[in-house]
Amino acid sequence: MQNLIEIKGVRHAFATAAGPLPVLDGLDLAVAEGGFTAVVGPSGCGKSTLTRLVAGLLIPDEGEVWLHGAPVKGPRATVGMAFQNPVLLEWRSIIDNVMLPLEIVKNSLSKSEQRDRARYLLELVGLAGFEDKRPSELSGGMRQRASLCRALVHKPEVLILDEPFGALDAFTREDLWQIMHDVKEQEPFTGVLITHDLREAIYLADHVVVLSGRPARTQYVLELTPGPRSIDTLYTPEAAQMLKDLHTQIRIAQGRKEGDAA
Amino acid sequence: MTLRKIGVPLAAIVILLLAWEFLVWANGWPDYKMASPSDLFPAYVQYWDLFIVMGWQTLWRTIAGLFIAIAVGIGLGMIMGFSQTMRDALYPLLVGFNAIPKATVVPIVALLFVGAHDFNTVLIAFMISFFPIAVSISIGLSTLEPEYRDILRSLGASKTTIFWKIALPKTLPEFFGALKVAVTLAFIGTNLMEIVSPHGRGLGALFDSGKTNSDYPLMFAVLIALAALGIVLYYIVVFLENIFAGWAERNPS
Repeated sequence: MQNLIEIKGVRHAFATAAGPLPVLDGLDLAVAEGGFTAVVGPSGCGKSTLTRLVAGLLIPDEGEVWLHGAPVKGPRATVGMAFQNPVLLEWRSIIDNVMLPLEIVKNSLSKSEQRDRARYLLELVGLAGFEDKRPSELSGGMRQRASLCRALVHKPEVLILDEPFGALDAFTREDLWQIMHDVKEQEPFTGVLITHDLREAIYLADHVVVLSGRPARTQYVLELTPGPRSIDTLYTPEAAQMLKDLHTQIRIAQGRKEGDAA
Repeated sequence: MTLRKIGVPLAAIVILLLAWEFLVWANGWPDYKMASPSDLFPAYVQYWDLFIVMGWQTLWRTIAGLFIAIAVGIGLGMIMGFSQTMRDALYPLLVGFNAIPKATVVPIVALLFVGAHDFNTVLIAFMISFFPIAVSISIGLSTLEPEYRDILRSLGASKTTIFWKIALPKTLPEFFGALKVAVTLAFIGTNLMEIVSPHGRGLGALFDSGKTNSDYPLMFAVLIALAALGIVLYYIVVFLENIFAGWAERNPS
């Protein structure tokens, strides 16, 4: 399988008042077409910087970012993004929010085809009947689902999720994990998920990448069997072992040894 | 619902007028000390033509000043909102300019452009009212969450597209909040100039002539007319706000 996203030896530093602050140092990442990679690591280790690299919003100081066999030189319309903050436009209805990318990305869809596409996605995530509501009338989980539809409406090759479920309660989050699996079956995409939640990582992804503390490099990669799962898979001994391994790796990334007090 | 919306403020006005009338009557004040509402009606009847002419002059100059304030305020706000350097450079200047009492600027402007009464009045109305607009636009633009920009930028949208699709609509509630303040300020500006400059026009000049002739009911009548104009303009702004930024108001549920 060809790698859709290929990141090789990326270094990047932010200019601050106190001098350059290195955030990424020797980052490697490869995501196969149709793959779903979760990225975990200590907070502030540069995970969000990674999403900006893939989206072409940031050009690294050193190293290469390849998307579909071409180096990334700037933003590309083939990327969809969703953040922890759903950032829906309050003055638009839900369906108009979902259709926003179609107003910017060149496409051959007529206005009514655009509406149909948005309607179809909203139905897929369980928001049928909420098309004409304002974002302020929806719950946090529903807003996040609408944000997901907006990220997918222009059929992006790559879906970047930056802690999209971080602000939701545990049960809503589990619902959305299930929805992610359903969506991926209907609307195949290549995904990069940034998360703090190890259970979320092993439930959704087929690869889990652990980044080291700042400046971040690739520290550990866990491979899982791809394909849809049910929530029960999280309670198997294999899942417990994976969580334990990842946890150990995070501790190492934080600079603590196993057994140290938190 | 509509009865309540109109009836309650109307009742408040009537109660205020009655209290005022009672206060004057109970203290036995003559009308050169404090005119009462019942003194105002004869004043309006006697000078009705003047009120219409002068009121219109005050109104159009205030609105003209406001429009210039909106244009300049939005321009300055955009410059400061998009550029940190310009914000650092312009903020102290603007705050300093705003801190100067405009009453002290009136004679300077009147001397600078002698005889250009309309121009001077519009100028003062503009000078006194553009500051809140510039500040609100600059704050609205500079506090735009980066995720909003990233959503559009990652799709390859230009800066202009981001401004029209996100930055501008998102700033509208702040803009209308500032415009409400600016409306009342612009009235103050117009009247300062009208009162101070000799051979002035507008309600301010009418007030001044009332003062010269010791016609106290006329002076009070002018004040009430100004208040009425202010209320009308304010609610026009509220009306526009409901159309263009009504989404920002949370529906009680």
